[in-house]
Amino acid sequence: MSTDINNADPVALVVAPPVAGKKGRRKGGLLWLLNARLAVGLVILLVMGLGSFILPLFAPADPSLQATYMRNLPMSNVHWLGTNSLGQDIFWFLVFAIKNSLMLGVLVAVGVTIVATIVGLSAGYIGGAFERVVMLFVDTFITIPLLPILIILGALIRGNTSFFTVGLIIIIFGWAWDARTVRAMALSLREREFINMARFSGANTIDILAKEIFPYVSAYILVGFINTVLFAINTEATLAVIGLSKVEVPTLGSIIFWALSYNALFTGQYAWIVAPIIATVTLFLGLFLTSTGFNQAFASRRGVS
Amino acid sequence: MGVLAYVAKRFGLYLAVLFIGLTITFMLPRLMPINPVDGYIGQIQSRANGTLTPEAIAEMRANLEVLYGLQGDIFTQYLSYLKRVIIDFDFGPSFTYYPTEVSTMIVTALPWTLGLLLTSTVIAWLLGNMVGLVAGYFHKQKAASILEFIGILLYPIPYYILAVSVLLILAYIFPIFPLSPTFPVGEMTWPKVGMIIYNSLLPAITLVLAGFGWNILSMKALAVATTEEPYVTYARLKGASNWTRMTRYVFRNALLPQVTALALSLGMIFNGALLTEIIFSYPGIGLIMRTASTGGDYNVLYGAITLSILAVATAGLVIDLIYPLLDPRIRTK
Repeated sequence: MSTDINNADPVALVVAPPVAGKKGRRKGGLLWLLNARLAVGLVILLVMGLGSFILPLFAPADPSLQATYMRNLPMSNVHWLGTNSLGQDIFWFLVFAIKNSLMLGVLVAVGVTIVATIVGLSAGYIGGAFERVVMLFVDTFITIPLLPILIILGALIRGNTSFFTVGLIIIIFGWAWDARTVRAMALSLREREFINMARFSGANTIDILAKEIFPYVSAYILVGFINTVLFAINTEATLAVIGLSKVEVPTLGSIIFWALSYNALFTGQYAWIVAPIIATVTLFLGLFLTSTGFNQAFASRRGVS
Repeated sequence: MGVLAYVAKRFGLYLAVLFIGLTITFMLPRLMPINPVDGYIGQIQSRANGTLTPEAIAEMRANLEVLYGLQGDIFTQYLSYLKRVIIDFDFGPSFTYYPTEVSTMIVTALPWTLGLLLTSTVIAWLLGNMVGLVAGYFHKQKAASILEFIGILLYPIPYYILAVSVLLILAYIFPIFPLSPTFPVGEMTWPKVGMIIYNSLLPAITLVLAGFGWNILSMKALAVATTEEPYVTYARLKGASNWTRMTRYVFRNALLPQVTALALSLGMIFNGALLTEIIFSYPGIGLIMRTASTGGDYNVLYGAITLSILAVATAGLVIDLIYPLLDPRIRTK
């Protein structure tokens, strides 16, 4: 597998047809957006998102605390998925894990999207020497493999890191692919009539970027945003699985880390390992369907599906 | 623009990217609040139960700084770092396995990583493209959407989940493969080779599954677009069979972007190697990095990172240089 390539999001890149069509959005509802994929994806996200943010309010105890309950209890009415070898309730640990992973994913995606949009739009629109220098940095950041860098950083700041430092590091090394995509779109827009029109009407560069180009690329930015959420959750979880994130914080990766390091497979504690697998697959499927669903909807909206 | 000018420009970009990449890897640990030398001295001191005198510590520090290229101000360090890495390809000794050279460790592990990753990447690419082609060419039929569905299901699954699930199913529930694989090192004999292949099958299967989904989706999208091209309609009207149209007309044209993707993913091999090798304890570069990160063995980490930056940048360069040979449409421009 290749994490960075996944990050490039083949589907969005390939499915996305060249930017064409009318500017502006049709008035009257957003129903044109709905298709089967998007509907399924959104339902999954809504259920998991709301569930993981509302349920913790009713949690009987903080699941990240160890030895709250007896160890290795089987599934029961009290502990729906049993307890693990650290004396934590697996169900509640999982709920908190989904919440933390989603939160990290969204925060990283906000950061990445802001950086990528600013860098990509300005490079594509302003052009010239500025673009060449910026693209040199973008290319370099794409070339630097993320996982090894994260492992070095993980080794350096081991134990002294907070959960959000991990997110910050993912932002620093994750914005380049998106910036490249945004820039490609800005490039194709630069020569359009309505941009020239705006320029001749006396709008300055910032105005054009913010009022003319941004609305145009916002659909892609939304798709890119969801893909970044996916990428960020995946990256943090990967780090956690090999023990280099803040593993005390429940996330979709740290739960697997603990299950593996306590040999849940050997001791037959299926719930400990199968439950997070099912949760992760469902969540990722939901995110993926939402992103490709949006993509499809925007494409058919432009009549080039 | 002449061919030479294009090659020179692309090569210049390649060098610039390498240079900035190396600079960032150099700066990274120095921006961190933690000094590896302090860590090493702490380790040694705790082993010596704190019996070291301050003079001995000072001497040790000086020695370590020379060994790991940390003496002098940051600019001197930078120059000597660049000189060592670019001219000698020397990353100094490993701390954990002192005095083994990092480059020796990497050279020993490289065949393992390349053998597993190259094979599985290429297999995943071939299989994914075949399935994707069929799914894309017959995209108007219901049966084809099942093929695409496989891709949709597989692609978003994170690799570590895939690996753990495959381990759960094929080593635990159906014990076909060993739960903890062993990889004999040293001299190779035929039974040993057989054992290595048998033990490598599990990580290879997960890698193929992981790459499979992406290739299906991407090839399907390309094939759908190509199927609508006028020359494919023309081929149908002149009576070319389904098979001919699918392989000679659609496949060959849809393949180009996929070749780029293959080259890029070959460059990314070291990224993928990490997790696979850690989860399946496969003795390649990834496992070395894992051990190095636990023991704070920075020279080894830098060696591996530099190698992967080099691999990705070179893969990109090679694609850009051979692309005009593959696609005649670009050549004529």
